[in-house]
Amino acid sequence: MSNQTSFWEKISRIDRRWIFLTIAITVSVPMILGVDFAAVPSPMVEDIFHRIEQLPAGSRVLLSYDYGPSTVPENQPMADALAYHLLKRGCKVYMMAVWATGERQATVTMERVVIPSFPKAVYGDDYIDLGYKAGNTGLMNLLFTNFKRMYTTDRTGKDIESFPMMQQIESLRSFNMIFSISSGQPGLKEWVQFVGDRGKIPTSGGVTAVQATELYPYYPRQMFGLMAGLQGAAEFESMVIEKYPEYAPMRTALRKMAPQTVAHIAIIVLVVLGNIAYFTTRKRGK
Amino acid sequence: MPSMKKMVPLFITFISGAMLILALFVPAPPFPGLEEEFSIWFDLIAVFSFLLGGGNLLRVHLKKVARQERDWMFSLVTVLGFMLMLFLGLFKIGANDWSANYLASGTAFKWMYDAVFVPLQATIFSLLAFFVASAAFRAFRAKTREATILLIAAFIILIGRTPIGVMMTSWLPKSLEFFHIPNLSGWILSVPNMAGQRAVMIGIALGIISTSLKMILGIERSWLGGNDK
Repeated sequence: MSNQTSFWEKISRIDRRWIFLTIAITVSVPMILGVDFAAVPSPMVEDIFHRIEQLPAGSRVLLSYDYGPSTVPENQPMADALAYHLLKRGCKVYMMAVWATGERQATVTMERVVIPSFPKAVYGDDYIDLGYKAGNTGLMNLLFTNFKRMYTTDRTGKDIESFPMMQQIESLRSFNMIFSISSGQPGLKEWVQFVGDRGKIPTSGGVTAVQATELYPYYPRQMFGLMAGLQGAAEFESMVIEKYPEYAPMRTALRKMAPQTVAHIAIIVLVVLGNIAYFTTRKRGK
Repeated sequence: MPSMKKMVPLFITFISGAMLILALFVPAPPFPGLEEEFSIWFDLIAVFSFLLGGGNLLRVHLKKVARQERDWMFSLVTVLGFMLMLFLGLFKIGANDWSANYLASGTAFKWMYDAVFVPLQATIFSLLAFFVASAAFRAFRAKTREATILLIAAFIILIGRTPIGVMMTSWLPKSLEFFHIPNLSGWILSVPNMAGQRAVMIGIALGIISTSLKMILGIERSWLGGNDK
């Protein structure tokens, strides 16, 4: 009995570097082995996929990159898969950012997905990168009433009027759908509050798992779907791959599901061990 | 009687706030156009906040370096990093011509962004996984009934957000569908979590409305600085 107790005492006082090592191993091994896990789509993700499928060709869709490199593993797969799906459906994709760091992430989508997968798509006719503008929710307010007053050029500095796909854009009401991929403020929540709900413009997107809990109150009335964290991104990727198998080599979220799954299990085991150690040593103390 | 130094900002706040409220509720000219004008002013001010932010960053860290306070070397790295990125971006080093975008291929700014900034941000954020695991092991205890409920909910969410959740309970019959871990996880997020989130949001919204009204009417003056209430 005393040996058993001393074991739990040791566990309760374990050096945190052992925990760090455990997490490092549990995350690295599935990544090295390249294990793929399937993702079963949730209704919230299915809603996004089906709404895009119903969009007629030529629909104008705004895709806002509201995140930075720190949350790329969760957010980038969402943005890439959305851009692919929208272009596959023949929609016109307008990329922009309300985060300074989001501008670069839009170019990542172009370099990784848009240019290699859609060589016939014409910049300025089928898709455009409008870049970043400062102002947060103030910017959203202004774009809601007058889009071109703020965006006079695209990201590269070319006159906005020189692009055919910008001719029909007057305000955010000119868009058929708005997506925001975000990891904080301003992000999807602000797009729903300041634009989508106000102008009755269908709005949706994806957020990090941490931010997802804040978005649930808006679904399904003010926001027609939600990709929550890596799981949400993997679910959307799996739906896109099912319909368009050629996207499979570009999947990234599905590849990251194995490390996340094993890490979650490791954390649960650690918490259980911590609790057993706590209650065992506390009993002994009494 | 407040001084002019305080009266002028109070007057500007009252006029701006009152006009913005009117712009929302009065559809007749000139009010609808005012919102657009105010938004442009807001964006202009937001751009100037970058200058203020940059200036403040330099002031704080240069002072630390000059006085050689504790960890002043980190402040030196911050200042040098800031100045370097500012220089590379402003002068478009590596770009073919001045009209090129600062993030265009081949620019030094893009290289620094991709090779330094991205890995640094990713590294710092990745460290969270290690600290979350360590903190959960040490602090997440089922000491009370409430803590136990929280712990069970956390386990369900953790498993429910992975494919393991589907595998673990997929054998359950259709009549027990609710107890599928992904469904339980979804229920926690869309019922108890949503109720709590809505309560918080309504509370925050009411708080913002009351604070805004107090500021517009000049009752709340702490934003002016000093000791005036």
